[in-house]
Amino acid sequence: MSAAEPGGLPVDWGSGGVEPPLPVDDLARALYRARRDRVPVRPLTEERPEMTAADAYAVQRRLVELLQADGEGQIVGYKLGLTSRAMQEQLGIDQPDYGPVLAAGVHPDGVEVDLGRLIQPKVEAEIAIVLEAPLAGPHCTALEVRRAAAGAVAAVEIIDSRVADWRIRLADTIADLASSAAIALSSRLVPLDRLDPRLAGVAMTRNGELVATGAGAAALGDPLHAVAWLANTLHPLGVTLEAGHVVMTGALHAAVPLAAGDVFRAEFDWLGPVGLVVAGAR
Amino acid sequence: MNHTAADPVALAQHLAGLRQGRTAGTGLTAEHPGLDLELAYAVQEAGVRLLAAAGERPLGFKLGLTSRAKQAQMGVAEPLYGELTDAMLLDVGEPLDTGQLIQPRVEPEIAFLLGADLAGERVGAAQVLAATAAVAPAIDVLDSRYAGYAFTLPDVVADNASAARLVLGGVRQAVDGIDLRLVGCVLEVGGRVRATAAGAAALGHPAAAVAWLVRALHRRGRGLAAGDVVLSGGLTEAVAVAPGDVVVARLGRLGTVELAVR
Repeated sequence: MSAAEPGGLPVDWGSGGVEPPLPVDDLARALYRARRDRVPVRPLTEERPEMTAADAYAVQRRLVELLQADGEGQIVGYKLGLTSRAMQEQLGIDQPDYGPVLAAGVHPDGVEVDLGRLIQPKVEAEIAIVLEAPLAGPHCTALEVRRAAAGAVAAVEIIDSRVADWRIRLADTIADLASSAAIALSSRLVPLDRLDPRLAGVAMTRNGELVATGAGAAALGDPLHAVAWLANTLHPLGVTLEAGHVVMTGALHAAVPLAAGDVFRAEFDWLGPVGLVVAGAR
Repeated sequence: MNHTAADPVALAQHLAGLRQGRTAGTGLTAEHPGLDLELAYAVQEAGVRLLAAAGERPLGFKLGLTSRAKQAQMGVAEPLYGELTDAMLLDVGEPLDTGQLIQPRVEPEIAFLLGADLAGERVGAAQVLAATAAVAPAIDVLDSRYAGYAFTLPDVVADNASAARLVLGGVRQAVDGIDLRLVGCVLEVGGRVRATAAGAAALGHPAAAVAWLVRALHRRGRGLAAGDVVLSGGLTEAVAVAPGDVVVARLGRLGTVELAVR
């Protein structure tokens, strides 16, 4: 990693102990430049295999500050990643990860996506939960999530990796904002007593052809449990989920690559459709 | 095997022997390269006649290879079907006895219960829905008579689409107002989610899969009858089961079906 740009971060973000302190600011800036210039970096864990999840979240927080200084706006919610058993097994972990969603990354249904701003994007359908009351750990349950939620919304997420060829380990994707790029949300907010989020099926089409199906239970067994996990995980950091926050509860199927001109549509039982269009000609 | 020509009755008897002896064999096409799809369905029908001669009664049909991914994997563009008999039907709450099977796997499916006869070469999803009395959650228990499920398309057709057992949920629903494409499917084994999908995984729409079956049966001069059960195709990957497993298939608005494995 280049250390050319000055860092300004307190040392208490790092891994501590006898290890040399993690160059949090350098790593965050490297990921920031990768996003800006669309040039991916080598996996951070290649040079620092000892990098922990806590280290990576420190890098993530610094990267968020850099993006906010660029005008990407407030934290309006969070996204969960690695919520499926298959993804967790692939990375050899037993927990999901999360990253903040910034205001500039939230788009309406039907948004046109510019590939020129992305590196190696993929799309996935998810159930988003919108809160109408704050939600805090450490003992948050799916039942409390249900009580604090205004409802569920059909969502698609564009994921992208600033790490070359998606060669990510857990710490790489955490530092890289949980590999998030943008989300599109339906405006149809459905109260949770009108659906079973676990059993809501979704059919994802690309240019009218079915490319994936799934159901809500793919997200940690229950999208509401996924939100509870997030509230409990944020608690030791002193972070609370706020009224109005949107939580993207995790992909319901294997992510699908995007290409110019593609039209994606995800249709959910109870929640209805949401989609996006990729700019350019097919 | 000891068949010089691809004689449907002899091949059906060979497969019946594997089933009764709970022994997995090897694909028929290796020894009978002339076994095409047409002949494979003749083997399947000869096998069903053997079951009928043993007193089993027709229950309906099951579809296989209804996902585009599985079709691509097999290098084919169409699904396949097999026949169900009453001896394959487990009652609600009845455990699956693996001692009777070779290498069982389960798939969650949407079952159609026909309320009217349905036949013809131009039947589509709309006619299927009109002829459907009810839909129900189902677990299809596969048991290939080929070791490791290693087979070609004609092999698996001859083997009656690996049909072995099925269980239907104790809840049936009229299909009106239910978008079967969007019915969420959650397969749990031992209380843990193993796979999820939605109804669209069956040829884009489960009723379109049944319509394909009706057209395929028509080519053989057959059709569906009122009362038939049709399993419209596995929505997830087939999952191997072992004694002690409890399999739960949740199918969105259609309800849940469970199967204890002994």
